[in-house]
Amino acid sequence: MTTSSPEHIRTGAATAPDRTPAPKPRRSPAFALTAGLLAALLVCCLLSAGLGAYSIPLGDVLGSVQHRLGLGGAALDRVGESVLWNVRLPRVVLALLVGASLGCAGALMQGVFGNPLAEPGVIGISSGAAVGAVASIALGLSFFGNWTVTVCAFAAGLVTVLLVYALSRSGGRTEVVTLILTGIAVNAFAGALIGLFIFFADNAQVSQITFWQLGSLAQATWPKVLAVLPCAVLGLLVAPFHARKLDLLALGERPARHLGVDVERLRIVLVLVVALLTAAAVAVAGIISFVGLLVPHLLRMANGPGHRFLIPGSALGGALVLVVGDLAARTVADPAELPLGVLTALFGSPFFFWLLRRTRRKQGGWA
Amino acid sequence: MRALKNPFRVRGRLLPAPVAPGSPVAEARGLRVRLGQRPVLDSIDLTARAGEVLALVGPNGAGKSTLLAALAADLPAEHGEVRIDGRPVTDWSAAELALRRAVLPQSAALSFPFPVADVVRMGRAPWAGTERADEDDPAVASAMAATEVTEFAERPFSALSGGERARVALARVLAQRAGLLLLDEPTAALDLRHQELVLRICRERAAAGDAVVVVLHDLGLAAAYADRAAVLHDGRIAVAGPPAGVFTGELLGAVYRQPVEVFPHPRTGAPLVVPTRDA
Repeated sequence: MTTSSPEHIRTGAATAPDRTPAPKPRRSPAFALTAGLLAALLVCCLLSAGLGAYSIPLGDVLGSVQHRLGLGGAALDRVGESVLWNVRLPRVVLALLVGASLGCAGALMQGVFGNPLAEPGVIGISSGAAVGAVASIALGLSFFGNWTVTVCAFAAGLVTVLLVYALSRSGGRTEVVTLILTGIAVNAFAGALIGLFIFFADNAQVSQITFWQLGSLAQATWPKVLAVLPCAVLGLLVAPFHARKLDLLALGERPARHLGVDVERLRIVLVLVVALLTAAAVAVAGIISFVGLLVPHLLRMANGPGHRFLIPGSALGGALVLVVGDLAARTVADPAELPLGVLTALFGSPFFFWLLRRTRRKQGGWA
Repeated sequence: MRALKNPFRVRGRLLPAPVAPGSPVAEARGLRVRLGQRPVLDSIDLTARAGEVLALVGPNGAGKSTLLAALAADLPAEHGEVRIDGRPVTDWSAAELALRRAVLPQSAALSFPFPVADVVRMGRAPWAGTERADEDDPAVASAMAATEVTEFAERPFSALSGGERARVALARVLAQRAGLLLLDEPTAALDLRHQELVLRICRERAAAGDAVVVVLHDLGLAAAYADRAAVLHDGRIAVAGPPAGVFTGELLGAVYRQPVEVFPHPRTGAPLVVPTRDA
């Protein structure tokens, strides 16, 4: 840069571009990471299906799954079969769906805002979706049957994303401070609305809301899995197709447009996807924060910021974190059960704090 | 499969055809642009031709960057129109425009710490799915070599100095290989050697048949490297033409509100512009 040792001073004006071959891209660890995540996910799912108050040995879990798939194996006794298929497995599947949705939503949100601190929980999207869910419980709505809570969470979540987006951007960029402060305001307002609904709810509804709000997968059933499946799967399928464009968006809005990205359309699609994913997670599991912050961040440190790996990778990582987190939540304080949201916040908040400090140091203050 | 398709259309995009030297690539006609309530440009008539370096000069706030943004189709025209490749910019899709013009913004920012090689490769995004995607590797390599950024290809963009970032951003723009280059103050963050390097690159690209429009503050650079210069003053083009004819002490003194002396370089004859100073 400013070195002036003689060998750095090149004389002669001509600098014809020499035809050196393109620098070979480093072999990225993406493949190894994906394989590792998948393997860990499989192992943790099996563990989670077997461990708990009623313990089922790993071999029996595999046997029962094989049996149901018609690949040999053997069914368990009546209790074991019921615990595995009606309690454990819906819970594991729900943890997978919710975790994948949260991880993916975090990665997308950070890409859209161009800000590594954006996360549905931190900036208030989860709370917004929660308002919709609480409202549907408190008002006893059931116009979409099983899907009512999810639909309400989606609608409220969508409104919140749009609101946060409109409030926190100025001049085509999102400043960290503006984003976090907007999150505080939105969280406060959503909290007030939730309080208002609780005030008008009856006792049964209040306990239902309170428990749900802490963030838990304890009441997992197959119908609940079905209730969020469409939202989660749709969001997870659409997201990876926008990875390249998100890479370009990192340059800023105008440069992305100069490279042929229809920025307005990209933004609308991704905001919809984020709302879908957040709604899927919030509708069944309440507010589980920081998963969408932590997972994409760790993956970015491991494999760089390219979204082609980051988006599916964050879905896998989020699923892994939630399966492990849920397993811990229901086994560490056995026989009692910790709320999952409490557990993730316990580990996520210090991480968020560290991230804030680091960002601040890099920028030299908040300005 | 590919050979069966219409060669000029890929996924609904019209690919650019070769342009003859001297023919207009970008044109502004009677252009008026308003930012908020303030009219920033008015009655602009300007043509950027293939094979030519056109410098936009003028004092701060004269509208140079706004004019560049309007030519890039970033800002809508309130009156008049901007044409690229013979069609109004509003008729092109974002993807089609990206095949025709590359834009270097005044400041290069990046939200996430991509490595330099990846940033330069982003310039190839518009060509994905076209036949010219085969050029990706050589385009990236030669753009990085030309801007002298090859040695830090693997470093994250965020770890670079301001001048290095500016060169990486330029490499990305060159890798795009568009027929129209719009560069907003490409030399602002650069040292003497790299300022010259950048303008030599502009000349090379013009010689290869591209149209280059470059916003410059250094009138000496503009005089030495541009085929034509347009002097902007209060949102209008005060005068446009070859620098030797346009850069007169009288005009520049009035536009910049600073008396200047203009005299020919003893060897090359290019006009040198120096502020009038007491001895």
